[in-house]
Amino acid sequence: MSEHASHVPGLAHHFVNMEQQKEAGTIGMWIFLLTELMFFGGLFLAYAIFRATYPDGFLQGSHLLSVPLGGLNTIVLIVSSLTMALAVYYSQMGDRKKLVGFLSITLVLGLVFLVVKYFEYKEKFEHHLFPALGWYNPDPSHLAVQYQPQVRVFLWIYFAMTGLHALHMIIGAGILLTLIIMAQKGRFTREYNSPIEISGLYWHFVDIVWIFLFPLLYLTGFHVGGGH
Amino acid sequence: MAEHTEHHIVPIKVYIGVFLALMVFTALTVAVAKYDLEHIWGPLNIIVALTVAVIKATLVVLYFMHVRYSSKLTQVIVVAGIFWLIIMLAFTLADYAARSGWPTQLGQ
Repeated sequence: MSEHASHVPGLAHHFVNMEQQKEAGTIGMWIFLLTELMFFGGLFLAYAIFRATYPDGFLQGSHLLSVPLGGLNTIVLIVSSLTMALAVYYSQMGDRKKLVGFLSITLVLGLVFLVVKYFEYKEKFEHHLFPALGWYNPDPSHLAVQYQPQVRVFLWIYFAMTGLHALHMIIGAGILLTLIIMAQKGRFTREYNSPIEISGLYWHFVDIVWIFLFPLLYLTGFHVGGGH
Repeated sequence: MAEHTEHHIVPIKVYIGVFLALMVFTALTVAVAKYDLEHIWGPLNIIVALTVAVIKATLVVLYFMHVRYSSKLTQVIVVAGIFWLIIMLAFTLADYAARSGWPTQLGQ
């Protein structure tokens, strides 16, 4: 072993140096994110096809969603992406206190997103707008009868896409919690911080999915009055 | 072939700048969505919404996800993934668009 590689803390024995190890980790994470891209991409494809098939239903369905709540969650996620980026920055600077601080803020923002999402879902269930398991029974005074079959398709897409996104947020929150515990134990240094960086990649990816979901689901019907 | 993957630390100023741009674009996309641009041209609302979303996503990928400062290999992998996504979307939609009798209306 040259360069006393085995003496570098955090370097696995099968890598030549920290740089190679970090590059392998980054590429591995990106390969995973590309599978995620195709995974979500399939749902975006379904969205495009159904939207072209049922344009009226998608306008009416979009109108059932709350732009203020969706907008609030958009801002929460963008701020959380900034705090995640700052966590990566402070891990590179070797500042453990600020690393733990920004990871914790990111976790709290992720939980705020999920709480808002919970209230949005709850409201949909209360109005019998969940499109499955016999729940779907919209009030005709809110949703004209002729639109109801089409809107049901929109709500299927809405719950599938935001549900899968929320699942990724829950997993992300678990990852952040793990990182906070590891960071507090002093597992990361200026030289070794790949777990922070590649978890950041995951967190930003989930943010990007929402960047597309917000206009496609919430804003699509914003300019029409709704077909009451 | 030693790639120069110099340990690049992105300055905080860049992160703040990207964050502010993301907030401005979010406000822009909400503001524009209020107006019915479909009177001007059918797909204009969705084109504006998707353009803003693509700009925001690009900013996140380049700066928050460090792809601008990553190795060439990482950059090629990212571009290849987006290319394959476009193949899936474009070819499938082209197939649908070429079918006669599509789109059909449900419940009518």
